[in-house]
Amino acid sequence: MLYDKEDSLNDLKGLLFGFMNTSFKTYLNKSTHPAPLAVFRIGFGVMMLLSIVRFWWNGWIETLYILPKFHFSYYGFEWIKPIGDYTYLIFTVCGISAFLIAIGLKYRMAIIMFFLSFTYIELMDKTAYLNHYYFISVLSFLMIFLPANAYFSVDNLIRKKTFTAIPKWTIDSIKLLVGIVYIYAGLAKINSDWLFKAMPLKIWLPSKYDLPFIGNSFMQQEWFHYAMSWSGMIYDLIIPFLLITKRTRWFAFGLVVFFHVFTRVLFPIGMFPYIMIVTALIFFDADFHLRILDGFKRILKFFRVQSAQLKAQSYHYKKQTLVLPIITLFFVFQITFPFRHLLYPNELFWTEEGYRFSWRVMLMEKMGNTTFKIVDAETGQGFLVDNSDFLTSFQEKQMSFQPDFILEYAHYLGDHFRSQGHKNVQVFADSYVALNGRLSQPYIDRTIDLYKEKESFRPKNWILPFHDEIKGF
Amino acid sequence: MIKHIALILGLALMMGCSSSDDSGNGGSTSDNFDRSALLKNLADNIIIPSYQDFGSKLTTLKGSIESFVATPNQSTLEAARNHWLIAYKAWQYVEMFNIGKAEALNEYYFFMNIYPVTVLDIENGVSSGNYDLNTPNYHDAQGFPALDYFLYGVAEDDAAIVAKFTSDPKSQGYKDYLTAVINQMDRLTQQVITDWNSGYRDQFVNSSKNTATSSLNKFVNDFIFYYEKGLRANKIGIPAGVFSTSPLPNKVEAYYNGEVSKELALEALKAVQDVFNGKSFNGSGTGASFKTYLEYLKVDSGGQNLSAIINAQFNDARSKIEGLDSNFSQQIVSDNAKMTIAYDALQRAVVYLKVDMVQAFNISVDYVDADGD
Repeated sequence: MLYDKEDSLNDLKGLLFGFMNTSFKTYLNKSTHPAPLAVFRIGFGVMMLLSIVRFWWNGWIETLYILPKFHFSYYGFEWIKPIGDYTYLIFTVCGISAFLIAIGLKYRMAIIMFFLSFTYIELMDKTAYLNHYYFISVLSFLMIFLPANAYFSVDNLIRKKTFTAIPKWTIDSIKLLVGIVYIYAGLAKINSDWLFKAMPLKIWLPSKYDLPFIGNSFMQQEWFHYAMSWSGMIYDLIIPFLLITKRTRWFAFGLVVFFHVFTRVLFPIGMFPYIMIVTALIFFDADFHLRILDGFKRILKFFRVQSAQLKAQSYHYKKQTLVLPIITLFFVFQITFPFRHLLYPNELFWTEEGYRFSWRVMLMEKMGNTTFKIVDAETGQGFLVDNSDFLTSFQEKQMSFQPDFILEYAHYLGDHFRSQGHKNVQVFADSYVALNGRLSQPYIDRTIDLYKEKESFRPKNWILPFHDEIKGF
Repeated sequence: MIKHIALILGLALMMGCSSSDDSGNGGSTSDNFDRSALLKNLADNIIIPSYQDFGSKLTTLKGSIESFVATPNQSTLEAARNHWLIAYKAWQYVEMFNIGKAEALNEYYFFMNIYPVTVLDIENGVSSGNYDLNTPNYHDAQGFPALDYFLYGVAEDDAAIVAKFTSDPKSQGYKDYLTAVINQMDRLTQQVITDWNSGYRDQFVNSSKNTATSSLNKFVNDFIFYYEKGLRANKIGIPAGVFSTSPLPNKVEAYYNGEVSKELALEALKAVQDVFNGKSFNGSGTGASFKTYLEYLKVDSGGQNLSAIINAQFNDARSKIEGLDSNFSQQIVSDNAKMTIAYDALQRAVVYLKVDMVQAFNISVDYVDADGD
């Protein structure tokens, strides 16, 4: 065998301490068989293609990106907007590149196209923000730098050569990213609402009363809500370690399947569980993946090309000195960015300053009701806005409890009514928000003219205090 | 080999679960809180009795309007007016039930109570005889508000109103339009009542799942929508100018009658609160309701259940409304601040219902994927 079948202990070491180790250079020069990366590439491409098709099929391109009059932008990305009916073109590009990734044709170009189109889609309107979309963007960015077409790809056939070894760190980098996602999601669950109030599961689970068998029994029991909260936290924190360790790998994979299928049954989270299940396969050894690829070969036997016809060699980066610093910076960012909420003084769940892009998944049940008053500063006369005149029900729901949405929408309303000829326009918000089972309470200072407030990364002083404390990360 | 089997089983489980989660309504469930009992209480003790009460009062109104059209005079006019008010008050108890046939009629309430009426449409219809009350263009030219116009506002005083139906050159046009309006109201109402009595009741009661299309979820949404739009905005907010640059006193309910807008609003608030508390329409008994559901879910804050907080807010709004002039137009002209105070009290309950109650019920709304953040 060309690749080394190391024992699990070394694997663990390589991943956790690889970058600090004196044997860093040795680690970087280690190589492994490319089969896991090839299977990962195929799985990723197929799942992404399915996601795009499903999104299109459900009519969400229309309802999320074409129909709304107004789109909520990310700060600094206001220039990224849906482009009318051409938005379908972006999804087409995204779908085609996912397909090319799956078959490994023009891989480098395809993954770059995928990263750009997918990220563009996500930046068009933050109403639809999901952590797992961010995960896809981040993962596809990383994959730009990985030789995922080194094995079992159409590119191999075209170039008439295949690779039997790739640098080991390339596969480890995906494992590391997955590990970060799980561990950060687990750390975020270490908070008093999640662990000591079983919130928000205590709200969500009883409403699943119509599930067969468990709906009327477990789902209604308080101890079960606590058990789910605690086991969810522990699962997230230890699953990367169980997956890395060879002895527990199959057990861990069973847990991954069970956990994600269970969440899929409970919550409307779309393709995400399947993507995580497929992603977890990366932790398996190369011979496991070779057997999967053998399976593919049998299915594709009409197109089968003897690997003997291909020149086999080891893959070496032409510009490893350029790639490695990028990958390092990428991980430094991934590790530090989710902690940016520490720079803000107020309760994270309440103000959501630093909440997104930090693997805080399913942590809050938060709803709000926010109405806006347009006032003429001279006369003091004003009127309330009917939000449904401007926003879809989904946008209104998301806007009602997120301060950056409220501010952006207030500016949109101000601009709109000024262009309609209203003078001395001021915009005030009357907002109530309920978080994790607490009674709704005033959210935005209603004496502040939001039309004068500017979006920035600084703390928003017009958010009213939370009057409670959630301890933890 | 075992690993392979495990993998295949896992995949099969995935497929099985992903295809079964879309299944729709049906099947009454019973955990410790019986949502089916809630729906039964709503249907049998509130919705159907309210409709039956309204239906018979509307039939009486129809009879007295027919008498008025046959022999227009002061006494038939007054009889029609009396029965108009009785039926209009009974209507306040059913307007919120925009579900089943009421919804399928392309919103039954659109044909019953859109105000203010567009007088021009009515007068043109009277003159030309060309009108089609089934089209959306005529939503604001029929129903109770159109009757309000015919019985109170078509001329300056009672004698002149009677004259519109006797000596006026267009009297036949007035008679025909008025008859068309009451016939339309009666026809649609009978359709809705028949539907409840012929099968829809069972369908409604058995659809208690937590899906976007189940009757429980739809009813919660309809209830809140009515409270927010039909009651809070239409009866108080819009005429008080909350949504416009200046007050609009001519947009009150029963504008031409000029005396009962407060009475109707109070009936509507009572209807909402009774539904919330599951109080029987006939009698004082209560059953499973949003209130008991909130109590079951133990949605407490500061030692109080959310249902008590909501009831207190309803009571607060009621006392604010009771302090208003019996004619809201008059109140708006004399002291609109009191109107907006009443509006604010109603609005606070919107937040409790729409945010706190819906959050506690965790009503599923299938917009798109969500991971809860």
